Amino acid sequence: MTAGVPFWRAAALSLALLAALLFGWEMAVKGAATGGPAVDPELAALLSPAAAAGGQSAMPAPSEIGARLLYLLSDPFHQRGTNDQGIGIQIAWSLWRVAAGFTLAALVAIPLGFLIGMSPLLNAALNPFIQVLRPVSPLAWMPLALYTIKDSSISSIFVIFICSVWPMLLNTAFGVASVRREWLNVARTLEAGRWKTALRVILPAAAPTILTGMRISIGIAWLVIVAAEMLVGGTGIGYWVWNQWNNLSIADIVIAILMIGLVGLALDRLLGLVALWVAWQE
Amino acid sequence: MTPPLPAAARYVSIEGIARRFPGLTVFEDVWFHIERGEFVCLVGHSGCGKTTILNILAGLDQPSEGAVVVDGREITGPSLDRAVIFQGHALMPWLSALENVAFAVSCRHPDWERGRVREAARAALSRVGLAQAAERKPAQLSGGMKQRVGIARALAVNPKLLLMDEPFSALDALTRGTLQEEVSRLVTEAGQTAFMITHGVDEAILLADRILLMTNGPEARVAEIVHNTLPRPRERANLHHMPGYHALRDHIMDFLITRSRTLAGKPPEGWDARRPPVVAPAAA
Repeated sequence: MTAGVPFWRAAALSLALLAALLFGWEMAVKGAATGGPAVDPELAALLSPAAAAGGQSAMPAPSEIGARLLYLLSDPFHQRGTNDQGIGIQIAWSLWRVAAGFTLAALVAIPLGFLIGMSPLLNAALNPFIQVLRPVSPLAWMPLALYTIKDSSISSIFVIFICSVWPMLLNTAFGVASVRREWLNVARTLEAGRWKTALRVILPAAAPTILTGMRISIGIAWLVIVAAEMLVGGTGIGYWVWNQWNNLSIADIVIAILMIGLVGLALDRLLGLVALWVAWQE
Repeated sequence: MTPPLPAAARYVSIEGIARRFPGLTVFEDVWFHIERGEFVCLVGHSGCGKTTILNILAGLDQPSEGAVVVDGREITGPSLDRAVIFQGHALMPWLSALENVAFAVSCRHPDWERGRVREAARAALSRVGLAQAAERKPAQLSGGMKQRVGIARALAVNPKLLLMDEPFSALDALTRGTLQEEVSRLVTEAGQTAFMITHGVDEAILLADRILLMTNGPEARVAEIVHNTLPRPRERANLHHMPGYHALRDHIMDFLITRSRTLAGKPPEGWDARRPPVVAPAAA
């Protein structure tokens, strides 16, 4: 937030912009109804009877999306067969995969980052590998994962792992390497052992930097899970989006986008709270 | 001139240490000793390697030549027996004042349980007058209070030797004065052996039993040892009224202004690195 701007003014402007957007959207969609067929008749024939009649745009109006949202949220956890599961179930699947992949990545990246940060030799030796692997799109790993793991769900967890590992690894290494010399000297003159120094001096000193890496990682993981699930299918919000595209339910896709955004925001805020907890100030 | 002490009586003995880089000798042939319960100050200009000497005594740095012997043993690294009060307090900002001191206590007494460690840390903070601020983080303390916590942390481990690297140089004059007296009191009460680096001539006169004067670097040396014969207790408020104070101060000032430069790199005839001349201007 920018300092000096009262909260209510920013909030009022946000709400006004939202209202204007929704109103414009609603009008644009409804307006298409009077302006004759707005879509290709062949596509319109696929969409809905109303659209086929040339009476309505394929794009649902915000009011319809709102109604659909209420309907979906009225029973978010229903399970009626493999292709009809509530949106809550799908999001839970995605969250589970992100949590599993992210946790595994943290378990690998933080200790390894510690070692890299403490040892210039290890840093120099591992740097080429990290620099080559880091820019690879996590989805490029998918075929390899599917071939070796032979399980689509675990493969998507692996993809989450591989995309979350880099920011955490690099940030941990950087945070550990830049711990103030004077604090290390304090630990040395007090003859604090290796473990005590690592846990009570280096870890808290580097924690804010490590948390920044974790926050970047969770953001990337949540971006990637949608694409991964579109590829492997089965369950998850990414699969659900793709499924709704196949069903040509544009309203559901808009709802999915909204939900993905809200969950991503919640994940970021969650780690933001942890970051606040480990933050220190000179 | 005092006769040199037998080696056994020398609590801390610095024996011919040097710091050399390729093509550059920062200091060399530095010999001096610190007796048990003695307060020694090292005075010299920037660049003569004062901080390096202190770090070598702390075990944080190694000399290129020579050795340091403490209580009969050559030092090989840092030790709880040699506590350091750092120039920039070096408190850990994520710990409260109490936790900073408790960290040190828990290093000295790993077998103590939490409650006992905190009790000892609280006692150490009370000794520097910070009992009220124990729960505050360093960011919520003034510069002087932070340095007090640093002092409490160093003293909480009951070191054999207290090392101070210009501990008050970052403080304002008023706070510096208060802390100098505080350190003087604590060190005297505990019979603490101490070594301090300083720029402050009055600080050295207030605190030290002996003041080592170093020539400018490179190839810096201990040119002279000044015996501070002013009687204790000394108080900052009337230090400058003590007989001999001005002679002492003038002597050190003259050294810092001219002789530290003229003596640099070319020791006078008959000068012995192991026995630099000892003077006592205040006694004259």
